[in-house]
Amino acid sequence: FPGLADVSISQDIPVEGEITVPVGSHSPDEDYSTLDEPVKDTIMRDLKAVGKKFVHVMYPRKSSALLRDWDLWGPLVLCVSLALMLQGGSADSKDDGGPQFAEVFVIIWFGAVVITLNSKLLGGTISFFQSLCVLGYCVMPLTVAMLVCRLVLLAGAGTVSFIIRLIVVGAMFAWSTLGEFWLWGGCEGCAAPRFLADSQPPNRKALVVYPIFLFYFVISWMILTFTPQ
Amino acid sequence: QGGGSAVIDMENMDDTSGSSFEDMGEMHQRMKEEEEEEAEGEAGAGEEEDGEFLGMKGLRGQLGRQVADQMWQGGKRQASRAFSLYANIDILRPYFDVEPVQVRARLLESMIPVKMINFPQKIAGELYGPLMLVFTLVAILLHGMKTSDTIIREGTLMGTAIGTCFGYWLGVSSFMYFLAYLCNAQITMVQMLSLLGYGLFGHCITLFVTYNIHFHSLFYVFWLVVGGLSTLRMVAVLVSRTVGHTQRLILCGTLAALHMLFLLYLHFAYHKVVEGILDTLEGPNMPPFQRVARDIPVVSNAVLNTTAKAIALTL
Repeated sequence: FPGLADVSISQDIPVEGEITVPVGSHSPDEDYSTLDEPVKDTIMRDLKAVGKKFVHVMYPRKSSALLRDWDLWGPLVLCVSLALMLQGGSADSKDDGGPQFAEVFVIIWFGAVVITLNSKLLGGTISFFQSLCVLGYCVMPLTVAMLVCRLVLLAGAGTVSFIIRLIVVGAMFAWSTLGEFWLWGGCEGCAAPRFLADSQPPNRKALVVYPIFLFYFVISWMILTFTPQ
Repeated sequence: QGGGSAVIDMENMDDTSGSSFEDMGEMHQRMKEEEEEEAEGEAGAGEEEDGEFLGMKGLRGQLGRQVADQMWQGGKRQASRAFSLYANIDILRPYFDVEPVQVRARLLESMIPVKMINFPQKIAGELYGPLMLVFTLVAILLHGMKTSDTIIREGTLMGTAIGTCFGYWLGVSSFMYFLAYLCNAQITMVQMLSLLGYGLFGHCITLFVTYNIHFHSLFYVFWLVVGGLSTLRMVAVLVSRTVGHTQRLILCGTLAALHMLFLLYLHFAYHKVVEGILDTLEGPNMPPFQRVARDIPVVSNAVLNTTAKAIALTL
């Protein structure tokens, strides 16, 4: 277009011919082609992407797939399932666990937003939704811990069960935080590969990790103190 | 001018189907500013369509495209203006420019009162430390509320905790800033926020210890020593930045009162439920720490009772 800007054509001459204008990006073509595929293919593709990310969180490997193609389906599913499982633990039976669900939901999303803003303000190069995606997926070990706690509580609510729950929740909390730490910028002490070397200036990692630690600590605390009525 | 419109006319000649909106978006992302203005200047392309309306097949599509073009431009400009105004977090970036060693140093300094009050003390206008301290206080408060089985009917535990802590930090900072403005103290809003935020470090330590170890006398010791130290530091810094005895007295008295009373409130609001349950359950067989509380002189016992009653009344 800049090349054609100074072409002057008088307006009473009809202009004929073919001019092929290159369409800007190739994504409109891709959209049209995926629009025609069966719904099952679309759903399976998304499910596979989500499943791959779950596997990445459970067994962290050297790959940045978790960060490159972010999606929020996984975090949503995890958040809703955790909130549902934490329901029914309120002391007042009239409340029916209503506030519990909203509490957990708000804590997770509000906390994730605050951590992302904090890391961006401290000079991180990770984008907003990528960070939300990583934080949400790393809640998975804690969801597993919640499941285990519920099962243990079915057997009884004594001191032994408390110790078991403490160990399980503690282990999952450590896993979540470590997974986060790896994904956010590598781990100096251990031999784990750096997933995102440039996500954070190296000397500020402690400042970024502390709110993440607090966030998972609060969630672990809610799981640990859960007692069904 | 003719060149610009001729370019647009030529490329839309054959294409009457498809979405004009996206095409417009694609085009204008590549064109420069002056070409966009030229497109705007040709609003409606009035001259061509009057003369050639019947002859040209694609002209209605072309008019539609011009209108869509206008709308796209207008919308995009408004959205980017709003975004750059409200979602610009770069305004806050300088306040988060800290190193971990600095944060640690400031945390420790917040418990050490300064001696030199004739010379204005430097306050770092930093928001990372205070914000993290407020969140830590929220977490500790949540723990305290859970252990004391507090029941909140209208609202959630988390909402109350966040509301209390952030309300104190922002509200008292604003109020103190207003008072400082009245008393001609040399302090900015960010510095006030930072000062009060770091003062919450003492609160965090006290509550962390006393929510887990339920000794009343221990709490009073911590309240006086830890709370007192952090209050003294804040007061000393403020005094060093204010001139005049009356003004200093007003500012420091208010800050000291609010800070210490907040710690008292946080302890008792979520602690008395436990005390009440213990009193009814235990009866004559008091656990040891209850006996210790009874052994202190009558005066402080009366103070304890009246304080608890006053706080119960205000809740």
